[in-house]
Amino acid sequence: MQLLKRVHQFGSTKHRFASDIGSTNRQKMNLFQAINNALDIELGANPKALLFGEDVKFGGVFRCSQGLNEKYGTDRVFNTPLCEQGIGAFGIGLASVGYTAIAEIQFGDYIFPAFDQIVNEAAKFRYRSGNQFNCGSLTIRSTWGAVGHGALYHSQSPEAYFAHTPGLKVVVPRDPIQAKGLLLASIRDKNPVIFFEPKALYRNAEDEVPLDDYELELSKAEVVQQGKHITLIGYGTSIRVLREASKMAEKDGVSCEIIDLQTIYPYDGQTLVDSVKKTGRCIITHEAPQTCGMGAELSAFIQEKCFLHLEAPIRRVTGYDTPFPLVHEPIYLPDKFKIYEAIKESVNY
Amino acid sequence: MISIEEMDNLLYMSQRQGKISFYMTSFGETATTVGTTAALQSQDFIFPQYREQGSFMWRGFTIEQIVNQCIGNHLDGGKGRQMPVHYGSKDLNIVTVSSPLTTQVPQASGAGYGFRVNGENKIAATWFGEGAASEGDFHSAMNFAQTLKCQTLFLCRNNHYAISTPTDDQFRGDTIAGKAPAYGMRTLKIDGNDLLAVYNGVKYAREQIIKNKEPFFIEFITYRIGDHSTSDHSVLYRSQEEIDSWKSGNNPINRLGLFLKKQGLRQFNDEHDNQIRKDVRNRVIAALKNGSEQQQPSIQDMFTDVYDEVLPHLSEQYTQLRDHLTKYKDQYPINKFKGGL
Repeated sequence: MQLLKRVHQFGSTKHRFASDIGSTNRQKMNLFQAINNALDIELGANPKALLFGEDVKFGGVFRCSQGLNEKYGTDRVFNTPLCEQGIGAFGIGLASVGYTAIAEIQFGDYIFPAFDQIVNEAAKFRYRSGNQFNCGSLTIRSTWGAVGHGALYHSQSPEAYFAHTPGLKVVVPRDPIQAKGLLLASIRDKNPVIFFEPKALYRNAEDEVPLDDYELELSKAEVVQQGKHITLIGYGTSIRVLREASKMAEKDGVSCEIIDLQTIYPYDGQTLVDSVKKTGRCIITHEAPQTCGMGAELSAFIQEKCFLHLEAPIRRVTGYDTPFPLVHEPIYLPDKFKIYEAIKESVNY
Repeated sequence: MISIEEMDNLLYMSQRQGKISFYMTSFGETATTVGTTAALQSQDFIFPQYREQGSFMWRGFTIEQIVNQCIGNHLDGGKGRQMPVHYGSKDLNIVTVSSPLTTQVPQASGAGYGFRVNGENKIAATWFGEGAASEGDFHSAMNFAQTLKCQTLFLCRNNHYAISTPTDDQFRGDTIAGKAPAYGMRTLKIDGNDLLAVYNGVKYAREQIIKNKEPFFIEFITYRIGDHSTSDHSVLYRSQEEIDSWKSGNNPINRLGLFLKKQGLRQFNDEHDNQIRKDVRNRVIAALKNGSEQQQPSIQDMFTDVYDEVLPHLSEQYTQLRDHLTKYKDQYPINKFKGGL
């Protein structure tokens, strides 16, 4: 079956990896500034783009929409009433009649009132209508992951719920440069995309971000560090943790290959398979609880494709099967020590 | 309205005969949908619930299109993916029906917002029953539409029952229309069985929406003469007397016919109307026959339109299925699908 060709829009450049972007026109930005920059570019280039959600108008509780209402006006950058199910549905309706709807759900922990609209409506809009209608120009941005003191309702990583829904795409960036390119790609993708932004990185992650309009390809994982002995797979904040664990393992002479999944669903299985066929060992990490997390899916997929290449069982180092705790957060998280131990056990299996 | 009634009769019976799997009639409610859609303009988007064949057919959706969707053959615009009565038409600006209740209502708020900020002479008109108005999505829709000033028309068919649930078990307060002013929204409550009142009310509401750039709410009081669907047997929860009293005493077709006759605008001629019914019956029967002889959409069409293009993992799953069907071809109705294997 044919894969349709992608069409360039608005003069943006498309890249597979951030390292391919040759631009010297860069500016130091943190994650929320990179997101802000991406939104500014889209709103500027596309008169049918609208940005909305709770507290979006004054600049957003995480400053992602700073200055955008002043620049583009209240028709295009606006507050909605406090109602996630409404935000989701409103975005679907706008997208179904041709607008580019960028909906913000303030915390991923609060995306659930919109679950019915996202899973039963947005994901199925094109399929059920025989492609007469679609809401491909809908992007839902939401915050994601542990922040140090967020507890049950300001720390969740809900990606697995949505990765189980055909028709959706789910994306999690690791850094400002990826975030800008992946967000622009998500907005312009002709399918509804849920874009989770790691809130812990809004201020803490900084990079020299290209000022151009650029996109990074969806459904492409990135090998952020080459290695020989073991494949480490993660996304979002966990890439930092994997880097630190790999430095510890390096001292033992273990060379780790680190892969950032980037698009959680549909994921780039080929890059994962190529890596594990090379290394023979694999660890998957995520903050979300172990059972039925992305680690479970990727383990099943990788062992199916790489069984005879495996030297050890595939390991998952994840959050426990508990709600996200407050005071126990330091021992809940899948940190570098837990990953390092898993690397050692795997290598010594 | 007569055509729809006759078609509904036939298709209900065709379900009983096993020709289609499921059907929903709109007996008693056709003045609401036909009158409304006549008062809207063709560029207005309609977000239906599921009992608005009147809206579809007023705009030109044909008996053949209806039957093909119910059968789910390859001529169905929806590519055979959904249960019967889940029609949609891009050409007619009617968004495809989906089973989850009330989800379309806040979507219409979104669409109506887009029309306003783009300065369009278009509204988003959305249908829902009095039962659907109990869902949370109704509240979101109303609040968003008024607060964000959306060019959205809310159309509630209060037909007294949500499957078996009468209105007393559905809400208290002054019907659904009573809720709308609380959102700051202009509201009309209309006798839904009076086609002319429906038409005039909707025409006025549409003008007001475009002029004031804010939503409007209309509740139609009507009655569901038929069962909820072919899976329902409504005499289990209501009396035949109640049904008959609406059917004979407050029926939109009879009321319009009598009015036209009294005004001398039309002869209420049994023979003429029986001919219409006969023609419709024949057309439905022909559509059922032709439709059932058609193949179903292709096997590939199970995998298309999940996304805008067929992604690698779906390609792989299709290949696995194709290999399996090739191996076990006698166990599956492969030739029913257009293109076979």
